[in-house]
Amino acid sequence: MKSLEDLKKLRDQSLKTMEMRYMNGGTRIQVGMGTCGIAAGARPVLNKFIEATSAHNLNNVVITQVGCQGECAFEPIVEVVEKDGTKTTYCKVSESMAEEIVEEHLINGKRLDKYMLSAIKR
Amino acid sequence: MLERMQILMCGGTGCLSSHSKDIQREFDRVLTEMGLREEVKLVLTGCFGLCEKGPIVIFYPDETFYSHVTVADVGELCEEHVLKGRPVERLIVKDPVDKTKIKNFSELKFYKKQRRIALRNCGNINPADINEYIARDGYAALGKVLDSMTPAQVVDEVKRSGLRGRGGAGFSTGTKWEFAAKSQDNTKYVICNADEGDPGAFMDRSVLEGDPHSVLEAMAICGYAIGAHQGYIYVRAEYPIAVERLNWAIGQAHDLRLLGQNIFNSGFDFDIELRLGAGAFVCGEETALMASIEGLRGMPRLKPPFPAVKGLWGHPTNVNNVETFANVPVIFLKGADWFKAIGTEKSSGTKVFALGGKIANTGLVEVPMGTTLREVIFDIGGGIPNRRRFKAVQTGGPSGGCITDKNLDTPIDFDSMVAMGSMMGSGGMIVMDEDNCMVDVARFYLDFTVDESCGKCTPCREGTRRMLDILNKICEGKGTLDDLDTLESIGYMVKDSSLCALGQTAPNPVLSTLKHFRDEYIAHVVDHVCPAGVCAKLTNYVVTDKCIGCTKCSKNCPVGAISGSVKQRHIIDLNKCIRCGACKKACPVNAITSKPQPKEEQVNG
Repeated sequence: MKSLEDLKKLRDQSLKTMEMRYMNGGTRIQVGMGTCGIAAGARPVLNKFIEATSAHNLNNVVITQVGCQGECAFEPIVEVVEKDGTKTTYCKVSESMAEEIVEEHLINGKRLDKYMLSAIKR
Repeated sequence: MLERMQILMCGGTGCLSSHSKDIQREFDRVLTEMGLREEVKLVLTGCFGLCEKGPIVIFYPDETFYSHVTVADVGELCEEHVLKGRPVERLIVKDPVDKTKIKNFSELKFYKKQRRIALRNCGNINPADINEYIARDGYAALGKVLDSMTPAQVVDEVKRSGLRGRGGAGFSTGTKWEFAAKSQDNTKYVICNADEGDPGAFMDRSVLEGDPHSVLEAMAICGYAIGAHQGYIYVRAEYPIAVERLNWAIGQAHDLRLLGQNIFNSGFDFDIELRLGAGAFVCGEETALMASIEGLRGMPRLKPPFPAVKGLWGHPTNVNNVETFANVPVIFLKGADWFKAIGTEKSSGTKVFALGGKIANTGLVEVPMGTTLREVIFDIGGGIPNRRRFKAVQTGGPSGGCITDKNLDTPIDFDSMVAMGSMMGSGGMIVMDEDNCMVDVARFYLDFTVDESCGKCTPCREGTRRMLDILNKICEGKGTLDDLDTLESIGYMVKDSSLCALGQTAPNPVLSTLKHFRDEYIAHVVDHVCPAGVCAKLTNYVVTDKCIGCTKCSKNCPVGAISGSVKQRHIIDLNKCIRCGACKKACPVNAITSKPQPKEEQVNG
């Protein structure tokens, strides 16, 4: 440690691992992780979301797991809850879709209608 | 793999003694078995403050606050919450006031009214990892000070902040630093007084255990300001966890060259060593503390010369308390004006209180100066349990006095506490209800100071002993009204003529209870009755006609002294009664009392 600059670098690097504890009011990504969700492969999807948001340096995003929402046939279900409460429900999410959701929905702000539960469940 | 969840477990002394370390080990084992270990980070933090609910476990990012967790619960928590994302309802903390379950811990009333500055990192970071402290802007204040401020500017900033010593006396920290800075000597010292001794106070321990680096950083800042290159932390050997974590912290700070030589390439050297105290209360007095570091008996000496002129080994020394130091880095990060704006005009900032005694949320709370006792005790503390009435609160430990309900709405700061006949002290707050005998409370504290008096000066050594003799006499029912006057006059004599603050404040609990609860003393000496039912020789329990005949008292009596049938008024056989008070606690309608009753009532007693 030679200077304030060094300290700042170390701070930013350490903060990354702790962000989870200080996020408030950002976007929430809720992954359905009931038995049905896990069986349908929700776990790698969840991890993909974490990887992707981290790779894009998205700070204000909470990724969390929730229980079964009753649409077991459409698992893995992922809900993106915006700051203002708007919910987008994606279903049958795969790892590649997760990446797409992060890039299109979270970064570019475009909802991916084709993956939404309302579009697939007809 | 990146972590998706962090589980924080309280590693303060309170929770560790209820096996939080074993809980951490069990989490490690179960998660490894389930193949989830890599996704979850386990962190042992410092104290969360809500010790009553321990062991405490918090799940992030959900902020789920689990209380009273046992090793046996870990399997379920992993299976349900970590794997399936379903919080375990039965373990979620309940709000003690309205009994509702609280999912998100920032909703807890206990935390809502608090403002945590000294405790800012306690329960939030891993105290064993310097990187987590740095992530919270740790050592940035030291960097800023060394980079862009002169020592005089540093002293001035602390002075302007209005920070006052949190150890008890409330002396201006900036002025203290200025004295030491002005003393001419090549060798100076900085001492952190971590000899926390008041019964019921544990905020310093929590800071050292939960955020040791904040104290190290502040000591280095102080060293720079006054021109010292060596610091000592005088910490009680009874705080093994604090000692262990301080040692780790000093080691890590050395590794990153945040302590040692040429810190931040500024040419400033500073080092810190620990000195362990053997737990004598008097060593919290700064001159006694320095004597103890020098290897002498821990006894105070006359001031002046003050430590800032002639301190450790004859060199100028600045002594500050742990909580005071913990505030310092924040002052430099956010500015003296920011700090000054918090609290009251003459007492800026916040104060940590250790809530204990008859209170729902035993634990540590930090509130801005100027908060009222009512807010601290009833809103944050959750009030008095078991439908009892508030009687008084003892502040400042054995050096303070009691505050009664008529002062509950007074904003508390250093000066208002003194005006109420007590003192801020280190911030211990023992809440008492109608079942506490104030004579017995005074006796308890005096018993403590008699034990802890070092014996150097006569008023303290002999005076407190004589006062205790009188109190013992009163509690046994052998006191007279004259004794109360004698007690008072010895009390003032000890206060006025003792050498150090220990003796000067030792009579306070007695004098203040005599002032506020003289009627209780009179009941002891004239009626030979202890109204609260604590002094065994003066307690005669009676069942009054409020009795509904529920039989709870007779079921709870350990010696079978209570007779009576269902829906009939019960009778206590005083020959068998051992005055344990179990019946009084069990009674749902407060029908059992030890207060003197009109003659015809006592026939039934």
